[in-house]
Amino acid sequence: MEQKLIVSPSPHVHSGDTIPRNMYAVLIALIPAFLVALYTFRLDALLITALSVLFCVGFEYLIVRFVMKKEPAILDGSAIITGVLLAFNVPSNLPVWILALGALFAIGVVKLSFGGLGNNIFNPAIAGRIFLLISFPAQMTSWPATAIAGEATDAVSSATVLGLLKHSPEALPALQQMFLGFESGSLGEMSAAALLLGLVYLLWRRVITWHIPFTILATVALFTGILFLIDPLPQYNPLIHLFSGGLMLGAVFMATDYVTSPLTKKGMIIYGAGIGFITVAIRLWGAYPEGISFAILLMNAFTPLINTYTTPKRFGEAVKHG
Amino acid sequence: MLKSFHIGGIHPKENKLSAGMAIQPIAVPAQVIIPLSQHIGAPCQPVVKKGDKVKVGTLIGKSVGFVSAQIYSSVSGTVLKIDKAMDASGYKRDAVFIKVEEDEWEEHIDRSEALVTECNLTAKEILDKIAAAGIVGMGGATFPTHVKLTPPPGMKAEVLIINGVECEPYLTSDHQLMMEKSDEILVGITIVMKALNVQKAIIGIENNKKDAVALFTQKAKAYPGIGVQPLKVQYPQGGEKQLIDALTGRQVPSGALPISVGAVVQNVGTLFAVYEAVQKNKPLVERVVTVTGKEVQRPCNLRARIGTPLTTLIDAAGGVPESTGKVISGGPMMGKALASIDIPVTKGTSGILIVPTLEAKRKAMKDCIRCGKCVQVCPMGLNPTLLMTLTEYEVWDRAEKNAITDCIECGSCSYTCPADRPLLDYIRLGKGKVNGIIRARKN
Repeated sequence: MEQKLIVSPSPHVHSGDTIPRNMYAVLIALIPAFLVALYTFRLDALLITALSVLFCVGFEYLIVRFVMKKEPAILDGSAIITGVLLAFNVPSNLPVWILALGALFAIGVVKLSFGGLGNNIFNPAIAGRIFLLISFPAQMTSWPATAIAGEATDAVSSATVLGLLKHSPEALPALQQMFLGFESGSLGEMSAAALLLGLVYLLWRRVITWHIPFTILATVALFTGILFLIDPLPQYNPLIHLFSGGLMLGAVFMATDYVTSPLTKKGMIIYGAGIGFITVAIRLWGAYPEGISFAILLMNAFTPLINTYTTPKRFGEAVKHG
Repeated sequence: MLKSFHIGGIHPKENKLSAGMAIQPIAVPAQVIIPLSQHIGAPCQPVVKKGDKVKVGTLIGKSVGFVSAQIYSSVSGTVLKIDKAMDASGYKRDAVFIKVEEDEWEEHIDRSEALVTECNLTAKEILDKIAAAGIVGMGGATFPTHVKLTPPPGMKAEVLIINGVECEPYLTSDHQLMMEKSDEILVGITIVMKALNVQKAIIGIENNKKDAVALFTQKAKAYPGIGVQPLKVQYPQGGEKQLIDALTGRQVPSGALPISVGAVVQNVGTLFAVYEAVQKNKPLVERVVTVTGKEVQRPCNLRARIGTPLTTLIDAAGGVPESTGKVISGGPMMGKALASIDIPVTKGTSGILIVPTLEAKRKAMKDCIRCGKCVQVCPMGLNPTLLMTLTEYEVWDRAEKNAITDCIECGSCSYTCPADRPLLDYIRLGKGKVNGIIRARKN
């Protein structure tokens, strides 16, 4: 035969799985929450999300191309996810220039200064949100009244469930409303139902496993549940904790970020339990009403350590030897 | 309930294009090249010289040492020369070149199709016959069978496990052999059970071969102690340790042999060869080879004499397709890419897979996104991405601690990686290094 043959080591076939396939699956899983945001905040939701994606992708392109002088891989979908998640984590009436700063911090500092996708220690969207929360506390914590409670575009700020829980628990909305997502809050965090739908999709497509989201939610439920049994105050009510604030968004979409979460099942469970525990501790006894972002950021920092100390269950290590 | 192994695993596209194609004997070629090393272990010493006349079944390579397997002439004719010839490894090794004349067989070989079920030999006699016939693991591992059937001192086999899994995509040679030679295989099993002095044998068959499961379930009833177990279609179900786990629930510890949990595993092709050697006095001179590929005109299962050029087999399947980019000896997961198809069929050639150029090229590797999918699929419970990094940075002590030597090289990690990282390439390299370090420490 004339032509030369390709010689490479086995295996000679590939599953066809790609980074974009996983990233776009995450984006699809975010659609239900986005639809709820559109319904609640109308055009603001669209505007903030679109701009956030535009900023993140744009900064990634510019920095990779002109600062790092490499070929940008903006179509891998990771910057788009950061954009959507950052938008979902801010109030729908956030000034655009603040949003742009958040995107620059998330992409430029948290992601690319570590070497880009796969090399960052912290989740870019989470770190971006925390950067904004600390730098612009007023703008980041004044939420517009929702379409249900008033006019969507009304600049009148309304308190979130967790804010109410901390300061005036008697004014809490009904649990059912919280579950469906018509309470006040950041753009994409409000509907636990929509986010859970996304979770089901991610599990079905095998993009993520149950370990991280389940452990976070179970830890939160267990921790607050024990307190609630001891002292049944509304601020200890596990259902309110599960369905309010950014918990669901964080547990399903931010804590499960491949790059910044542990590799092994054991590690994922430790990581998830840590996030759940810190979240509740901050919510109940910290200065901020919500703690999920800080909890994820802290546990991100522990991920390399968790990876070092958790090994997968090896073949032959399990029970019955000869 | 379908059984399966308990850690990791993948399900690659099965692509069994040649399934159900009856085994066709392929015409004896004009010349054969029979390598003197077709097994794991010491190469054989040639016992013929240029000009010698040989028949089918004449010994041409004598094994030196215990871990070795004799080589017999697969044709009748004249020895042309003993010279270097390339084999599937890409290296040139000693081989016997024979010009084919007629098709004369050694007189003691029983060439009839009649089934011989009676075997009155002792265990020792059976083992000697298997060793003399040059039988090796026919699944592709080519480890000498008589060695595997001789447990180390103090160890005793409890169960014989028969590998009819054929979990490699594309390959169908074992499947077809099971369909056509079920009685011979079952007799082969009883012979090996006798050699091992075990009362129990389990045939594991992946459930994508329902016809074989049904056939063996029905026929095994006549053979006391032999059971059939359908298995979940999951790769690498046919991995030795995985198969033992699936069928007995026992896991062979790290670094140990299957016999440590009382199991001995043999492939169905090997058992057929044992039948022929013991009952028919026929040494290993031919085997079934699947010739397949998406662009191959007639994917088929061929019975070829050892030493037949691969090109002859490929021609029988319709020739080398225009689009060919890669030719693999074996299956797509663990087979070897060939540098040239001008090599002979050997005892371990289970299949020839022809891959179009489009599918033959690897994609560029991206940075690891730490998705952990390689960890999830590893059937040995290893952390492939960590092992790759440790190899990259040559951190051998940590690679050893993370059990790099447990890797069975099944390729599930590289297959799965969404960032197209060549995990197994690195792990294979690191495993070799670490094994070298361990050996050096022992000496």
